[in-house]
Amino acid sequence: MANKIYPNVTAALDGLLFDGMLIASGGFGLCGVPERLIETIQASGVKGLTIASNNAGIDNEGLGKLLRSRQVKKMISSYVGENKEFERQYLAGELEVEFTPQGTLAERMRAGGAGIPGFYTKTGVGTLVAEGKPTMVFDGEEYVLERGIVADLAIVKGWKADATGNVIFRKTARNFNVPAAQCGKACVVEVEEVVPTGTLDPDAIHLPGVYVQRIVVGAPYDKKIEFRTVRERETA
Amino acid sequence: MPWSRNDMAARAARELQDGFYVNLGIGIPTLVANYIPAGITVTLQSENGMLGIGPFPYAGEEDADLINAGKQTISELPWSAYFDSAASFAMIRGGKIDLTVLGAMEVAENGDIANWMIPGKMIKGMGGAMDLVAGVKKIIVVMEHCAKDGSPKFIPACTQPLTGRNVVDMVITDLALFQRADHSAPFRLVECAPGVTADEIRAKTTAHFVE
Repeated sequence: MANKIYPNVTAALDGLLFDGMLIASGGFGLCGVPERLIETIQASGVKGLTIASNNAGIDNEGLGKLLRSRQVKKMISSYVGENKEFERQYLAGELEVEFTPQGTLAERMRAGGAGIPGFYTKTGVGTLVAEGKPTMVFDGEEYVLERGIVADLAIVKGWKADATGNVIFRKTARNFNVPAAQCGKACVVEVEEVVPTGTLDPDAIHLPGVYVQRIVVGAPYDKKIEFRTVRERETA
Repeated sequence: MPWSRNDMAARAARELQDGFYVNLGIGIPTLVANYIPAGITVTLQSENGMLGIGPFPYAGEEDADLINAGKQTISELPWSAYFDSAASFAMIRGGKIDLTVLGAMEVAENGDIANWMIPGKMIKGMGGAMDLVAGVKKIIVVMEHCAKDGSPKFIPACTQPLTGRNVVDMVITDLALFQRADHSAPFRLVECAPGVTADEIRAKTTAHFVE
């Protein structure tokens, strides 16, 4: 069995990056974002990237780092608020954005990875999202054709992985990481911990190793919280 | 006296039924969780991949890996379940979610909703709103009856780019509640806020509705 573990993030991305490529990234807000891989892509200087990711990070966090260094040509995203540099580049016409409904984006990734080049959905019918796209009526209801996404590279943040590439995620940090991984021609996963093969429950694997070519430990992590909300403890 | 934000949320909460799976939008809709009627259990869905949203965590117990779709820290319940974004929207698009409560900038008399972009202003994106209005069984909009400049928000036809076409089932504003039986029926004025008259509603609404 091949060992998919790479010694560091630079090695994990070696030979996979090129100008003008399409990268699919996991993450929702700042949760489950492949921070170490993004930093490594930034350091590589690769340019003209198209990035499919639900969000675009916030100023200088997550994908915001690649925006700041002007390496991104186009974003395929559902929500890009809370990011001033994004706003500046977008309004100046320096950055292209393909707004895609969140569920359509997730399904475009899943479908691309599942060998499905297009699918019909009722999401966005009659809106700007459907403009220029073929529609079809099924059982009296109108649907719009959306394309699957196949990315040159998927970058993913997992919790634990084994050397064969089986990955599990933690709580809501799973989010877009699974569909992003599925749609990559190559998929690199950074994890908090590599565990011995045989210790992950085979019934509880979130991302089977067939989707994963390279694993790298990204720890230690300083996980960011975008909006810290708490409740008071009731006093007895 | 018009309904407050909390009153509107409480009124929306009366539409909940035991066993419902519910998705709440950001803003006033989030407040609906505070008014779930006694004796009723509903499961809240978060589109970033969770069923069974718990309350905000106690200070010191926040977990960066556990957030809601508004990116706020939350907690889990004994029956919570996590899944990826594709599975999350499969259950939304597939009609498995019973009810969603959303804010809006405009609702039209034919059930169209606009709540994601204002031409000429910075576009942040639609997030999951288009998927929710397309797939969830019942769509409740909670919004102010009039915009800040006094213009009606429940109107004959949306002027802003649509989020969904003919999808809204109920509109709750600070002045009134409108409902329709199905997507081919007209909206009906069902309730007025205390002290608000049907005359006042008619004066502040350009959408056609029946009484």
